[in-house]
Amino acid sequence: MSGSSIRHPAVPAGAPAGPGPAVTPAGPEAGAAGPLAIVSGGLAAGSVVRPRRRREFLVYAVRNKKLLFGVSLELLFVLGAIFFPVISPHGTAEYFLPHQPPSVAHWLGTDYFGHDVFAQLAIGLRASYLVGALGAVSAALVGMALGFTAGYRGGWLDEILQMLTNIMVMIPSLVLLIVIGAYLRTRGAVFEGVFIGLTTWPWVARAVRAQTFSLRSRDFVDLARLSGKRPASIVIREIAPNMASYLFLVVVLLFGSSMLLAASYDFLGLGPTDSISLGTMMNQAMLWSALQLHMWWWFVTPGVALTGMVAALLIANVGLDEVFNPKLRQQ
Amino acid sequence: MSTLRLDKVSKLFRAADADGGTLPALRQVSFGINPGEVVTLIGESGSGKTTLGKIVLRLITASSGQVLFDGKDIAAFGRAELHEYYRYVQGVFQDPYSSYNPVYKADRVFELLREEYFPKIAQGAWEARIDAALEAVALNPGEVLDRYPHQLSGGQQQRLLIARALLLDVKLLIADEIISMLDASTRVDVLNLLVGLKQAGLAVLFITHDLSLGHYISDRTVILRHGAIAEMGPTVQVFGNPQHPYTRMLLESVPQLHRRWSPRSAGLEAPAAAGEQAAAGSRPPARPRHRPPARQPRRGRPNPMLEPPPLTECEPGHLVAAAELEAASPR
Amino acid sequence: MSVRVENLSIAYRTLAGDCCAVDGVTFTVADGEIMGLAGESGCGKTTLGTSLIALDGRMKQLSGRVLLDGEELPISNGKAMRPHRMRDISLVPQYAMSALNPTRKISKIIADLLGCHDVRYSSVAEEMRRRIALVGLSDEVLSRYPFELSGGMRQRVTLVLSTLLNPSLLIADEITSALDVSTQRAVGELLMEFRDRTYVRSVITITHDLSILAQVADTIMIMYAGRLAEKADTASIISAPRHPYTRALLASLPEVGVRHEQTRLTGIPGRPPSLADPPAGCRFAARCPLAASQCREQPPFAEVAPGHFVACWNAAGRDIPAVPAVPAAACAPESRTAPAVQEVTS
Repeated sequence: MSGSSIRHPAVPAGAPAGPGPAVTPAGPEAGAAGPLAIVSGGLAAGSVVRPRRRREFLVYAVRNKKLLFGVSLELLFVLGAIFFPVISPHGTAEYFLPHQPPSVAHWLGTDYFGHDVFAQLAIGLRASYLVGALGAVSAALVGMALGFTAGYRGGWLDEILQMLTNIMVMIPSLVLLIVIGAYLRTRGAVFEGVFIGLTTWPWVARAVRAQTFSLRSRDFVDLARLSGKRPASIVIREIAPNMASYLFLVVVLLFGSSMLLAASYDFLGLGPTDSISLGTMMNQAMLWSALQLHMWWWFVTPGVALTGMVAALLIANVGLDEVFNPKLRQQ
Repeated sequence: MSTLRLDKVSKLFRAADADGGTLPALRQVSFGINPGEVVTLIGESGSGKTTLGKIVLRLITASSGQVLFDGKDIAAFGRAELHEYYRYVQGVFQDPYSSYNPVYKADRVFELLREEYFPKIAQGAWEARIDAALEAVALNPGEVLDRYPHQLSGGQQQRLLIARALLLDVKLLIADEIISMLDASTRVDVLNLLVGLKQAGLAVLFITHDLSLGHYISDRTVILRHGAIAEMGPTVQVFGNPQHPYTRMLLESVPQLHRRWSPRSAGLEAPAAAGEQAAAGSRPPARPRHRPPARQPRRGRPNPMLEPPPLTECEPGHLVAAAELEAASPR
Repeated sequence: MSVRVENLSIAYRTLAGDCCAVDGVTFTVADGEIMGLAGESGCGKTTLGTSLIALDGRMKQLSGRVLLDGEELPISNGKAMRPHRMRDISLVPQYAMSALNPTRKISKIIADLLGCHDVRYSSVAEEMRRRIALVGLSDEVLSRYPFELSGGMRQRVTLVLSTLLNPSLLIADEITSALDVSTQRAVGELLMEFRDRTYVRSVITITHDLSILAQVADTIMIMYAGRLAEKADTASIISAPRHPYTRALLASLPEVGVRHEQTRLTGIPGRPPSLADPPAGCRFAARCPLAASQCREQPPFAEVAPGHFVACWNAAGRDIPAVPAVPAAACAPESRTAPAVQEVTS
């Protein structure tokens, strides 16, 4: 494998090797560039190093085929979610001849009731992204808040939070959703997204706690304490930037898994009652025997869209991992 | 007037093993540091010397006993008082690499102080202050500012941290093994730097395992063994007229350039075993993870572990743990 | 003559090009000799030690050869070196036991390691127990896990293990560095004892700590920036060093008995040059108080007194022929760089 190292000749000699965790250009670090530039006395040379590190990631990112493929594919779906509702000739509430295969008038045909499938898909893409984003953000927020607190504070607080995390893991979210759903008049996409977020945070919390725990023992954390810094500031500005790449990957993964989870809830009929999503489309298709009626356009379309969206995210995620992790880069 | 006084400071750690006992890291340690004085704390691994430094810096709290700074108990400090305490008491740690957040440039350690202690200072005044501090530690601003930690040598990194402390009105510096990871050719420069600071009135707690370094720099020496003071007094007396067998053993073991180890009376097995006694046999377990090889019921004899041997004065200011004299001699 | 290294050059392959960590090194270790190899971090001493037993993937042999009892060791061929390791030449790496699998008992780890060299555990078990007793440990350590042992105990077990097959040469890399002074002494004395009992014929012990070498080593070799600076018997190095670097190194060592009021020690200003782009000529010149124009040429590693080799124009004088002759270094620097920016010392 001697040739393998030749393919990436652009590692600067000063690139952090070994002990330091991989560093991302994203996140809180970027925010701190301002004051640092000031302390350096406005030296022109001061801005040289940071862009170089940033560019290093960019170089690897642009070279990574998985990342490029995943991001481009995802971008296509995002564009679809934005523009399909605009260009769709029909609305979701309109009725047409049912059972129509794809045609010029109905690009993806019509369903059992005469709704236009393309119009539904257009709305469904948006719904999926909304649920995915809400799920990822709420899970990341709760998981990081609890993980950082438990990992940094330690002691009894850690034990209580750990217990809480373990209890959350034990509760079957499907049952919980059914129970809560019974008390709600309508379930919307927002509710679904937040519910998913509030049931998937435990594994984020666990991972963040473990990483915080190991970073907390580093001397620079002690030094920040000796500088009179508050715990919140230490966590956000000293500890979190060291795991920024990891956190970023987690959010991407959560995004994909939230969309999948939402689709499975929808498919089981536990999804939004007041809107259309890819999952509810598949749910309807199943309920009204689309398979037996050979209406492939009704169930294949949302299935393919969902698979593509999530797969693109996961592929991009693998690519990102390789970009962030110097060990994976070498291969 | 004493800057810092430790009064019967003890620290118990929870044992990591099943019987849930406690391990004493420090046993009623009492001594003081005066302005313009370097006190060396000498101890082997597991003697509790680092724990002591962290207690003085209030990074961990003592289980019992008091640390008094200018007569005030630091354990009672609230946030504001602690903030003020760190203006006068600062620390530098063993591993320079771990003392810097790898995400940021090295001079961020200054910026953290500015945010907390000099929020209103003008840019020019601040830069002048930094330059003065760097000059005090013989660093060239152009060489160390605006660099990432890995671009600095170990000696530069440690001096930068000392300069950081000098930005404040520091009266006491806790230097925990700050030169053990440096090369011989640079460590003596850092030592001489501490001597210079001492002559300028700074009190230094110099924590080390290296007797020759301690002897070179300190006015008074405290020899810590298993968390308790074995011997302490003016450095010249402790090294010139060691009373405790442990001190003598340490002095005999120090590799010297111009004096070979004196042959020990017993054969090979005895010294090897004697060294092992320290590591394993009869001592109270020092570090939580190291179980004593002989599985003694540790709970059965808690008293000798907690109650340190009383100190007696053998010459003015020279204290030695008399009761341990016989017990500590190698069997 | 036990071990002879001739003009050995080892480079690290980096993306920026080869980085010559060991540059034209020639020396001999006699039977029964404990040779200390000292130098600052990054001077190539660990690379030199490791290269005698196994080149890792990033290391490349540029020139030279290693002779063990007159027979050349195929050091750049990992497969061919296998039968030699542990039997002829053995290494105690830095942090040896800290890297061990914490979930396996010592005896299991040892058995695995021996298995790698086609040695049955049972065939050496008895001798091993005898030696474990000799180093002052009880058999019980074999049934323990690595993390249950203190640093000194681990180092002793590694020492026993690495010399179990009575190798001709033991390379001990920083085996005493992380230890307390009392344990340091015990391990150092064991090293001498093992040599005396011919468990191992010759030893190269690598450390940054000259004072420990003053205790255990018969000869000391000083390395600087990938090249040899000086080699002589211990007494000469300590009492009559000839290379300015050795002198500066010794002058910077505090000893018990030295206090800052009486003796002001001084460090060496500046930093060692980068091995990726070393300056031409003597590599210490930029930090050397005696540097002259002559030093732009590389001084030979010449024998100035019997057994005393120095690579310095001032110590050697121009007319003394280099013994042994050092051919042009395999990685001669193409560019001459400005001396490293000097750190100002207080």
